[in-house]
This record gives sequence, C-alpha cells and structure tokens, in this order.
Amino acid sequence: MIRTSVIVVATLAGGLAVYAAEISGKVSLKGTPPPERKIEFDAMCGKLHDKDVTTRHYVVSPDGGLANVFVYVKQAPAGKPASDKVPELDQVGCMYEPYVMGVMTNQLFKIKNSDPLMHNVHATPKATGNKEFNIGQPVKGMVKDHTFPSREVLVRFKCDVHPWMFAYVGVMDHPYFAVTDKDGKFKLPGGLPAGKYTVVAYHLKTHGTAEGLTQEIEVAEGDKREVNFTVELPGS
Amino acid sequence: MALQPSDISSSNPTSLPWSRFAWLTMLATLLLISVGGLVTSRGAGLSVPDWPNSYGYSMYTFPISHWMGGILYEHSHRLLGVLVGVLTTVLAVGLWVRETSGRQRWLGVIVMTGVAGLLGRMGSWQVPIFITLAALAPVAMVWGLARFARDRQALRWLGVVAFAAVILQGTLGGLRVVWLADELGFVHGMLAQGFLVLICFIALLSGGWRNRVAPGSIAAPGLRRAWWLAVVLVVAQLGLGAAMRHRHAGLAVPDFPLAYGRVWPKTDATSLATYNRTRVEATAQRPIQSTDVILHMLHRSNAYLIAAIAAWLTFRTWRDAGRKTPAGRLTTVWLALVGIQIALGALTVWTGKSADIATLHMVTGALTLVVASAAAAAMARMCRVRPAFVEPYRRAGSGSPVWPG
Repeated sequence: MIRTSVIVVATLAGGLAVYAAEISGKVSLKGTPPPERKIEFDAMCGKLHDKDVTTRHYVVSPDGGLANVFVYVKQAPAGKPASDKVPELDQVGCMYEPYVMGVMTNQLFKIKNSDPLMHNVHATPKATGNKEFNIGQPVKGMVKDHTFPSREVLVRFKCDVHPWMFAYVGVMDHPYFAVTDKDGKFKLPGGLPAGKYTVVAYHLKTHGTAEGLTQEIEVAEGDKREVNFTVELPGS
Repeated sequence: MALQPSDISSSNPTSLPWSRFAWLTMLATLLLISVGGLVTSRGAGLSVPDWPNSYGYSMYTFPISHWMGGILYEHSHRLLGVLVGVLTTVLAVGLWVRETSGRQRWLGVIVMTGVAGLLGRMGSWQVPIFITLAALAPVAMVWGLARFARDRQALRWLGVVAFAAVILQGTLGGLRVVWLADELGFVHGMLAQGFLVLICFIALLSGGWRNRVAPGSIAAPGLRRAWWLAVVLVVAQLGLGAAMRHRHAGLAVPDFPLAYGRVWPKTDATSLATYNRTRVEATAQRPIQSTDVILHMLHRSNAYLIAAIAAWLTFRTWRDAGRKTPAGRLTTVWLALVGIQIALGALTVWTGKSADIATLHMVTGALTLVVASAAAAAMARMCRVRPAFVEPYRRAGSGSPVWPG
C-alpha cells in the first residue's frame, strides 16, 4: 500500500515536472559600461590575492552576456525553494561570493566567513519586516543562519571592516527567480503553472530604483520558453 | 537692562594651569574629531558591531592584532573618546575644586569622579546606565549654561556642561552602533563640533582672554550681529556637511565648480538614474537620491555665502577693531581658514571624495567654527555696549562703560 502511494506521488510529481513551464534565457548588455575600478585591498586582504580584483558593477561576457542580473517572475504562486541546498553567502578573499543571490522569504540561508581574518556582516534591508543587522564574524569558519520575512529586491550586505566588500540578496515570496551567470544566462526553476506572467530582469547598477526590464509572457503546461532581455545603456 | 549685583562675581576665572589643561583637552578633542572623521569617511562606523565592548572584548584589552581595516579607525576613535572623557572629567573637577569650597566642593568631586569611574569600566551591562545619564545630560547642560549666564566668572559651570556633554557624546556614539541609527551619527557629529567650541571657550576664559578684549570699545552693533550671523552660517554649513556624510551616499556631485555640467544640476528621476548608472563606486554606498544632490548644492551655495561674509567681516573688523586686536587677529585666521576650507571642499570633489581630504575638510570646518565663535564673542564684547546705553555712564562721570567681566 505504502509502496503504491509512493509510486503514485512520484508519478504525479514527475508529471508536474514534465508539464509545468520552464523559462530560461539570456540578459545581454548593449553599450559600453563605465570601466570597473581596481579594489585597493589592505595588506591582510591583499595577501589573499595574487592578481588585481575589480568592482563588479558590470560583469560582461565576450558576447555581451550580463552577469549578476536578478531575474524573477513578478507575481507567481508560492512554493518551496527550488533546491534543498541551503543558499550560502560566503566571505572569501575579502569579497562576498556570490555578488548577487536570491532566497525565498523565510528561507534559511547561511552567511559564512571563509577568510582567516575578521569580518563584520552588515545587512541593510529596507522592506518592512526585514530587519537591519550587524554582526561580527571574527573567526574563520563562522556561520550565521538568517532568514528574511519580506520580499525585497535587493538587500545590500556590506562589511564595514573592509568597505569594498558588498553584495546583494534578492528575497522573493516564491521560488521563480534566478541570477544570470557569467555568460548572462539564467534558468528559472521548473514548476511554474500555466498562465500569464511578467518576467523582470533587474540589474542594480543599471536600474537603481526602477523596476528593471519586464516582459509579459503566457505559458502553457509543458512550455519551454526562452525569454531574452537586452539592457541598453544610454548612448549605445 | 540694569546690572544686578549678583551678576558680578568677585572670583577671578583666570587660571593659567587650567587654561593650558583645557588647551590640551581641546587638542585631544580635535584629534578625536579627526579620527571620527576618518571613521565616517572610510565607512568604518559599524566595523565593530558591539559597544561598549569590542567583538566581546573589553575595549581596553581588545588585541592589537585585531585592529585591521575599518576596526583600526573605529577602535582608535573609541579609545580617544575615553581619553577625552578622562581629560574633560579632570578639567571639570579641577575647575569645580578651584571655585568651590566645603561641602559643595566635595559633593561635586564625588559625583563627577563617581560617574566617570562607573562609566569608565565600559562593560556591556552598563548600557542602561549610559542611556540614563545621557538622558539627564541635556538637563545638566542647560542648567550649567544658565548658571554660567548668571555668573560669567564661574567657569566651573562650563566644566559641568562639558562633563555632561562628553557623557552624552560618548553614549550617542555607542548607541549609533548598537541601534544602527544613522541619524544619531549626525547628532554625534554636530555635538562634537559644539563640544570643541565649548572646550576652546573654557581655555580662552581661564587664560584671561576676556581681559585682553576691551569691552564696549566699538559702537558698531551691526558688526556684532554680522559675526553671529557668520557663526550661524558656519553651523549650518557643518550641519549640511554632517548630513551629507551620514547619508552614506558618497559624492553626490562629482564635478566642480559646475555640477553635472550645469550651474544647478537636474534632480528628476531620469537624471538621478543616469548619475547612479555612470558612477563606479568602489565601496558600499547608497544610490544617490535627489536629497543628496540638493544637500550637496546647498553646502556649496552656503560656502559662497560664507566666503562673501568673511570678506566683508574682515574688511569691517580690521577697520573698526584694528588688525592687532584679538578680534582682528581672529578675523585674519578665520579668513585664512575659510579660504583653505573652500580649497579643501573643491579638492574633496576633485579627488572623488578621498577619505583623507574629506576628513581634513571636516576638521578644518570644525576649526572654522571655533575661530568664528571666538571672533564673534570678542566682537560681541567689543561692540555690545550701544551708544544709547553707554551715555548714562558717561554722563554720570564714569568715563568708560562698566561691564561685568
């Protein structure tokens, strides 16, 4: 009986995975962004790098793919996180990794210090319910678990010990979000039910307080849609 | 208003040792303000997330090996704050002992040293005590100023004001960290400037400065008012600067003398988006908002106004009071400081808000306020007797106006 139930549930879940829509795509940059700045590490952090490191405002691949764009469905049904893996914001080489990431509301994520030196972790959210906090992580390997209760694009994290360290976490009330990779590509988690949606591509440096680029799409069950965006810089 | 006998104290406020000690306290305060400026300029204000402890250590035993990055500035600022607290306590107690006797003397000594000793332990369990005493501090400051206004020879009351102010200031700095309250950073920055002026006045008055300023020697009340206006403008300028710094938006306008290529920059949403898109900040800064641009432009505009009034005041003060008088000399120093300050302001923009230059700009601003306040006080003393008020004295045969201290 139990075995039969497991098989039925697995079949249904598999069916949903097969028939629910999948959205992927690429965000490209058109235009010439301002040059990045070299990060002036202090002596201790400088020892952790053997080559120059720059800011990451516009990370663009040779074919124009724009990395670190937070792509999400504007309104989508709630669901479980796309992965069982606990998201992690790491401090490594006196930099935050990743630079942009996403979590769901009330989803636990880890903030870790992988450096052999002191950092503080200072989050400065603005949305009601998300509280600003500032904690010390003076020892390598320290981990802090945290959750944000409210949706917010994007929450800034910074280290005041090393002011060049900052990163961003998008908080969504559903699992349909992703961050573009180094080639500008993204893939939203599967399982989006059929319907009409607005997909948003938000690049912090380009869009600032604006919403970002949007595209209206309609997906049917089993659709595999490609949604591409082009971020255009003025004068391009 | 007729003079009352109680207005005139028989005590002599001059005490060269205490004046020198007050100058020492002022120098330490200036150093504290400088390091505080570096803390803000380098975005290190929250690099030590706890207070009064530092990463769980007592402030006094925090290992030097941990003084890295922003911690170096923030922790040094805290320790210098303790130093200024100790110096202020010694100064306040010293002035109190010098001017009181008997039970009053010992009561004051016990209260001030007791409070300082309690707070000086700097344990995390003391935060409620800090908050309570800081809440009482403004009352003590107003009371002390009122008592000093009644008896201008009684510098001990300025000592009480300084003692209360240093407690308030330290607590504000600590609460700004643990409450994550940027607005407290603004108040902390402004109170620091006022505290510096206060210590300077204690040093001047205890050094017999008042005897070197001839009272009522100039019949130019307009000049006195203009000097106080200059002080108000400098305070406003420091307030605008502090507001800009504590909004943590970096350099809101990157060019000078124009602003985004215009006399007055646009602040509409499209323009702001362009400003934010084109700047490449290497540190964590909030995106520029219209308020940041407006504050920056008001700061510039007020600087031009101060430069104009500085030129006019210099001309008038040199003409009416003479270059060699205390007011004349202070005016010369002030004019030079205003010039240096404007140059540093321009450099701050041209260097993309270099932390060292921005800090030097802030410290010079503090000195500008100190000198303007001293010059204004000197001119107030020299100008404050109006002819209509002097005449009765002259007619009565006193020859020169009588003034209480």
